[in-house]
Amino acid sequence: MKRREFIELSANSLGGLLIYSLSGVPEVVQAQQGKVKVPLRFFTEAEAKVVVAACERIFPADETGPGATQAGVMIYIDRQLAGPYGSDKHRYTQGPFVESVPGHGYQGKETPREVYRAGIQKLGADFATAEGAKQDERLKAIERSYFFQQLRQHTIEGMFCDPMHGGNANLIGWQWLGYPGPQMGFREQIGKYNGVAYRVKPQSLEQILGYPIKPWEDEEAG
Amino acid sequence: MQTLAPVDVVVVGSGWTGMIMAKEIASRTPLSVVMLEQGGPFRGLAAYGKEMDEVDTFIRKRQAQSPSVGLATTRASSRDRANPVRQWGAFPWVGYGAGGSSDHWGATSPRFMPEAFEIATHLKRLHGADKLPSNNLIQDYGITWKDIEPYYTRAEEMMGTSGKAGNLNGKKIEGGNVFEGPRSKEFPNPPHPQLYAPQLFSKAAKELGYHPFPMPSSTLSQNYTSPDGVTRVGCQYCGHCSLFGCMVGAKASPNFTLLPIALSKKNFTLRTHAHVRRVEHKGGKAVGVTYVDDSGTQYLQPAGAVVLAAWVFNNARLLMLSKIGQQYDPASGKGTLGKNPTYAVHSGLDFFLDKPLNIFMGSGGMATAIGDFGGDLGAEGAAEGAFRGGLVFCYTQGSPPVISAFGTIPDGEVKQNWGSQWKKASLKWNDRFGTFLSTQNHFPYRHNYLDLDPTYTDKWGDPLLRVTMDWTDAERKQSAFVTRKQVAIAKAMGALAINAKPVPAATGSPLMVDNHSHGGAIMGASPQTSVVNPYLQHWQMSNLWVVGGSALPQGEEHLTLTVAALAYRSADAFIDRYLKRPGPLA
Repeated sequence: MKRREFIELSANSLGGLLIYSLSGVPEVVQAQQGKVKVPLRFFTEAEAKVVVAACERIFPADETGPGATQAGVMIYIDRQLAGPYGSDKHRYTQGPFVESVPGHGYQGKETPREVYRAGIQKLGADFATAEGAKQDERLKAIERSYFFQQLRQHTIEGMFCDPMHGGNANLIGWQWLGYPGPQMGFREQIGKYNGVAYRVKPQSLEQILGYPIKPWEDEEAG
Repeated sequence: MQTLAPVDVVVVGSGWTGMIMAKEIASRTPLSVVMLEQGGPFRGLAAYGKEMDEVDTFIRKRQAQSPSVGLATTRASSRDRANPVRQWGAFPWVGYGAGGSSDHWGATSPRFMPEAFEIATHLKRLHGADKLPSNNLIQDYGITWKDIEPYYTRAEEMMGTSGKAGNLNGKKIEGGNVFEGPRSKEFPNPPHPQLYAPQLFSKAAKELGYHPFPMPSSTLSQNYTSPDGVTRVGCQYCGHCSLFGCMVGAKASPNFTLLPIALSKKNFTLRTHAHVRRVEHKGGKAVGVTYVDDSGTQYLQPAGAVVLAAWVFNNARLLMLSKIGQQYDPASGKGTLGKNPTYAVHSGLDFFLDKPLNIFMGSGGMATAIGDFGGDLGAEGAAEGAFRGGLVFCYTQGSPPVISAFGTIPDGEVKQNWGSQWKKASLKWNDRFGTFLSTQNHFPYRHNYLDLDPTYTDKWGDPLLRVTMDWTDAERKQSAFVTRKQVAIAKAMGALAINAKPVPAATGSPLMVDNHSHGGAIMGASPQTSVVNPYLQHWQMSNLWVVGGSALPQGEEHLTLTVAALAYRSADAFIDRYLKRPGPLA
């Protein structure tokens, strides 16, 4: 049996409450300190570190607010790859596999898991510890690859997904955007906020429904 | 193969059209009706609440038909090799389970223009056949506005469509679509409120001399009880509409409006997880269907009449697999089965404003439209080779609103679509953009067609359907014409930037295959040019009825209301005429 892999993250690098000062600069307030040990479902620890670093270059923390590491994007991707999506369970996988025009979408034989394994290897074992400029250079070199396009897309997904999927920790992405979460209705507000922002404290689907629900990756084996 | 007890009518597919046929037959006659659905049962309203998750529902498409079973292959021309659809694209996917695609539609519900049903006659009279795009196969439906209008009304009343009449019995009414065909009744429900950007659109359109109106939507604007006695509540504007199920039942679905009535009848049975592979026939009559369940067990369901109401292109595929009718051949132009597949010509743009728009509120069909380009494009269009258009409409609700909306920024604003600059631009424009769309008439052509793929098969070993379709210059001209008009309106609205998205200039890319497709088993006035007669009864097999979008001889915009109206007309013909005297009705 495969050895269970973990990644250790500092608790104050994950999630948190976004506070805006009067000047409009956001600050992340953390209740937690110390380390959190996150079990990995698909990545090895070394792979996870490369993904954390790459996602942070794609969606960096900056003066406007949090980035991919803070949102737990790698955890999101790890779970997606471990689930039915990662194994291409619902993709049409009958051959022959023939590359075609972009209109046909991805026609390759490799599953998302295989695409990631190969892509991470290409970024290099030292990617996680390389200088930011060097990391950007390597990402730039593979910018047109299917792996990079997936990585970029999954980074956005992990930033703004419902937290049940492992990303958007403490709704940090939704806090940053001012998105209220999947509220069951806006009948009172509809037509009344004309060019004016309606912003409330965001809530996750579980908080709104009042009971936990299982995401696909937890419910169906990959 | 297990042979089941014979039934009077078997209906294949539980989407809008199959459910209309089944409910009408089961509630108005004593005939036994079995409906076969390849997916599962209706999941219930609470399930739709749990599915308000962008990742699972919208991005991974958990409720869609799994592409793993085999959907179709596509190619741009008969010179190309076809590749399979290996995963759903970003566009509407085909539904799976009770209700079919209707459980995740956007509920946009305009009627077609009256001349759409006689388009070939109309355009040839207007322009002369030689002026129209070469190799087009446009043809009349074999019915007129007068034939279909009462059924439009019936479909709207069943769904509870919200809107404002613009032409009531010939009297034009400002505030509705003054270009629409005369309707016999006002909409069953008033229109939805107009959101902020659509209000700006409305004002700009008026200044330019156009005629804005609220887009008809079959999501209820208020609580409503249908003539069938089904009560549903008004829309909550949750912003998870198109491509989601409605957790309050405000968005019309046959699961709410028709299925409960059918299920209350002893002579109706819904059988789920039943994947139909063939229509069985003997001596020119359908004798039933064969299907397979999830465990692989095969069944023969004998039936007195068969109604095909599968996903649009699967109707054609089932006829091909069952060897019913003559396959269309693009070289000789002979044959009717697989002829006239179409999509809809798109013109669209994203516009950017300097104010927050709360794009997470609203419902799918909530838009403000103009009908000024909804039919003929007039002398100005014809001079450019652009003949027919579609409604132009403006909306802001993102559906879904977060992940998939993020990163919508003016073209060229940043050099790289990742990193800090891109992140800042995405934040700056977050919740500050809206969309114009126009889905327009799409001509059928001699070289676009459907047949069976020689290479790829489905899970059960049956050949996949092969779709051969590409845009031509005629669509590019039409799309460019409408896009230009859209850009002018967006500018008049004060848009800070505009990303226009006309039909792409490049050739050689296959068209999208989804639930906005049309044709393949088209209706018409003659068996020489169509598969089904104007009642959607098969020309060669009178106890076989083929309903749904497969019947439309050319592409039009949002087709649901029209195919629902056509299904009501078929149901009446079946019950009131065919049952009294079984045989061809035309």
